[in-house]
Amino acid sequence: MSYQLPNFRHPELPVNELGYTRADYEGSISTLCAGCGHDSIAGAIVKAVHELSIPPHKIAKLSGIGCSSKSPAYFLGKSHGFNSVHGRMPSVATGAALANRDMIYLGVSGDGDTASIGMGQFAHAIRRNLNMVYIVMNNGCYGLTKGQDSATADEGSTSKKGDPNPFDAIDLPSLALNLGATFIARSFSGDKGQLVPLIKAAITHRGFAMIDVISPCVTFNNNPQSTKSYEFVREHAEATGTVDFVPMREEITTSYPPGSTAEVTMHDGSVLHLHKQEEGMDPFDRISAMNALEQHRARGDILTGLIYLDEDSRELHEVLETSQRPLNELDASDLCPGNRVLANINASLR
Amino acid sequence: MKPTDTSNPEYFHKVVDCQYACPAHTPVPEYIRLIAAGRYTDAYMINWVSNVFPGVLGRTCDRPCEPACRRGRLGGDEEPVAICRLKRVAADNKTGDDFRARLPKIPKKKNGKRIALIGAGPASLTVARDLMPLGYSIDIYDNQFAGGGMMRSQIPSFRLPIEVLDEEVDYILDTGVVTHFDTEVTSLQSILDKDYDAVFVGTGAPRGRDLNIPGRGEGADNIHIGIEWLASVAFEHRHQVGKRVLVLGGGNTAMDCCRTSRRLGGDEVRVVVRSPFADMKASPWEKEDAMHEDIPIFDNHTPKEFVIEGGKLAGMVFEKVEAEYDENGKRSLVPTGEDPVFMPADDVLIAIGQENSFPWIERDAGVEFDQWDMPVVDKDTFQSTNPKVFFGGDAAFGPENVITAVAHGHQAAVSIHLMCGGKDVAERPAPFTNLMSQKMGVHEWSYDNQVEDDPRYVVPLADKSKALADRKLEVELGFDKSTGFAEAERCLNCDVQTVFTEARCIECDACVDICPTDCITFTAPVEEEMLRTRLSAPAGNLAQDLYVSDVLPTTRVLVKDENVCLHCGLCAERCPTTAWDMQKFLYNVSLAGQ
Repeated sequence: MSYQLPNFRHPELPVNELGYTRADYEGSISTLCAGCGHDSIAGAIVKAVHELSIPPHKIAKLSGIGCSSKSPAYFLGKSHGFNSVHGRMPSVATGAALANRDMIYLGVSGDGDTASIGMGQFAHAIRRNLNMVYIVMNNGCYGLTKGQDSATADEGSTSKKGDPNPFDAIDLPSLALNLGATFIARSFSGDKGQLVPLIKAAITHRGFAMIDVISPCVTFNNNPQSTKSYEFVREHAEATGTVDFVPMREEITTSYPPGSTAEVTMHDGSVLHLHKQEEGMDPFDRISAMNALEQHRARGDILTGLIYLDEDSRELHEVLETSQRPLNELDASDLCPGNRVLANINASLR
Repeated sequence: MKPTDTSNPEYFHKVVDCQYACPAHTPVPEYIRLIAAGRYTDAYMINWVSNVFPGVLGRTCDRPCEPACRRGRLGGDEEPVAICRLKRVAADNKTGDDFRARLPKIPKKKNGKRIALIGAGPASLTVARDLMPLGYSIDIYDNQFAGGGMMRSQIPSFRLPIEVLDEEVDYILDTGVVTHFDTEVTSLQSILDKDYDAVFVGTGAPRGRDLNIPGRGEGADNIHIGIEWLASVAFEHRHQVGKRVLVLGGGNTAMDCCRTSRRLGGDEVRVVVRSPFADMKASPWEKEDAMHEDIPIFDNHTPKEFVIEGGKLAGMVFEKVEAEYDENGKRSLVPTGEDPVFMPADDVLIAIGQENSFPWIERDAGVEFDQWDMPVVDKDTFQSTNPKVFFGGDAAFGPENVITAVAHGHQAAVSIHLMCGGKDVAERPAPFTNLMSQKMGVHEWSYDNQVEDDPRYVVPLADKSKALADRKLEVELGFDKSTGFAEAERCLNCDVQTVFTEARCIECDACVDICPTDCITFTAPVEEEMLRTRLSAPAGNLAQDLYVSDVLPTTRVLVKDENVCLHCGLCAERCPTTAWDMQKFLYNVSLAGQ
């Protein structure tokens, strides 16, 4: 009976700059269904965070309710975590991010948690450009309650025991683009080669970074009539281009033919390489991104990869001009500087 | 890289490192599970069929299985499973009556074929064990008073109690083997003249190498050849040794000599060896056992002369050397130039190797000898150039060990049976194999797939002062049942194979994500050398195979590095389509008549 992982790991696992192996970023053993896409996303998060050499205690995992939202238990076991109310993760993230701007906030949500009950919260977190990563584990169904269609299920898509879905799907990247999100990507749980660099870039991005990850529900929505199955997604996914993430401290060794690649320097000095970009698609231009999304959607394809990146993103703390020091580090003398300071303020207003 | 052909029985056999390394290919994990289940007689039976002397080997085996054990590759301080001492747990706790009832039946009506076995050591006894149930009439000849060969004459009683040996020798001799003990065979021709259908030579490597340096002749009374000296102790011809003893040599015989000396009155016993400590031939545990008995080991000392005073041995002079290795790794021992070292001694035991000796085989008996005066023997059939004469054990290719002798004996028996049946001895029978799913439920397997973290258990020893006072007191006490269980649980069950079926795989990555030791990768099919650089974790152990699937729908292949797979079954548990399954692979070497 295996409800725990053996303690042995590969004896030659690579260590990151902090001296940690990937094993130091693992969580407890998954209780999701065998083959769930969410487990692959968890694996991709572990790989990305390990390779970025982020100390585990500098990350807070936040989630709502659903299969997706229980998955934070299965990665980054030594990081902070908050499993909140259904659809209310963005509020908790907002509070946490305002109290301590030094942490990395990793929100994990599902299609129900984001596109239905949490839609209002999702929209306002984007509008405020909260500095967080928001990963949607999108399987087009409510797996935890036996696979009813969710708001991201495509029209006509049929789950294992369901009828064809009569409603059009909410396309989360299009919605996020519309709401002004500053980093938008879409990926597939079965493509770690694409997902890992996108997660790294999202973590490095300053502002709201959403990754819509199609993550097949093996139990209820992986049948041939579903548009969120492993097979359908593999056949219909079209990447905007290939993404490589080079951390600031590493030398850039890959070279691409001139003209085929775009480089973005992230705020910490890391470099994002985009190459083999789709013809006519400019991920730094909202209108171009919107066009590409709609064109692919009209063709019945799924556009994956980096969809939009605002290089001039200003996150909530910058907009609000809050204290550079995290609020939770300010003590009474910082917050109540005394009569003399008050008198100076009053004098300045006279 | 081509897809792995798992229909070749050697592929999965190789994954079972311990079994593959064992010369007799004993199905180790299979009997370890039975020990864990408390089925000691069943565990003993598996051993007995495969290695004939489980009680002896459970105490004395050179255990090539243990350095091969996958647990030893898991990093940190992890050590192999104590396979050898678990075998002893099976032997110690079996039910004798139950076991005797399971012994193969010996046909009353013989098949009319007569076989002579020369030497009654492990190789010959194995041949007898395998052929008696097939109706052969067997004569066994040995110059000792009882069967067992070097197991009796050279392995000291404090390592192998005589009752244990007698019991396992008798299981074989009691089947009706005609024994000719105290009979030195001085002529092969005389045996051939008796018109046997086949003759098996299992006479071992009976001659201890001597050391001809100055003083050897004058000091002869106190200078002894190690194996001869051990035999004289075992046969109660010798009961004491001088207080100061030097043992020359770095092999297991040297360890037996020095420890025996400690029990016969040697207070100041030293082992002196030419090579560096790390290069010594003795098994690490035998060196430890010697040092535990306060016997220092002086390495890098080359013997120069025996010092004689007043016509009697007074000690030895050694030259200090150091090992230098050339670019090919070839070692030479170079004098350091330091002053020679004198060590006083009352007795010196020379244990610097053993040699074969066939003065009794007439060179016109049809058995061809090579340039090193060794018989020409086929390494698969063990047949000599005289088709009726077979060799096995140390007699075949020089000194090895008991388990190798057993393996030879099995194959020689196969050959003899083929030949007596008028068949070609080169047509070897295929091994018996079986592959069977262990799945019982979603999280349930018919083997204990939980991987235990316990460090290797240490075998308790008898009190040192008591052990040194009694030559026959067994030093190792063996594991008790509960420790035996705990040690058995350390086994990773490497015979429960991860079997992959391409057609079922949906490439969801679940196995890649769950594998605790990062064995699994989906990647583009390229050649092995390149493939090894593209896996989830370093795959530099070239001795371990890559299990490669056929091409999958995404044009990738599945690659599993067998090296540090824990056989925990999590890949199969997390596989939504049962593309992975855990299947127990049983591999038995086919014995004569099978």
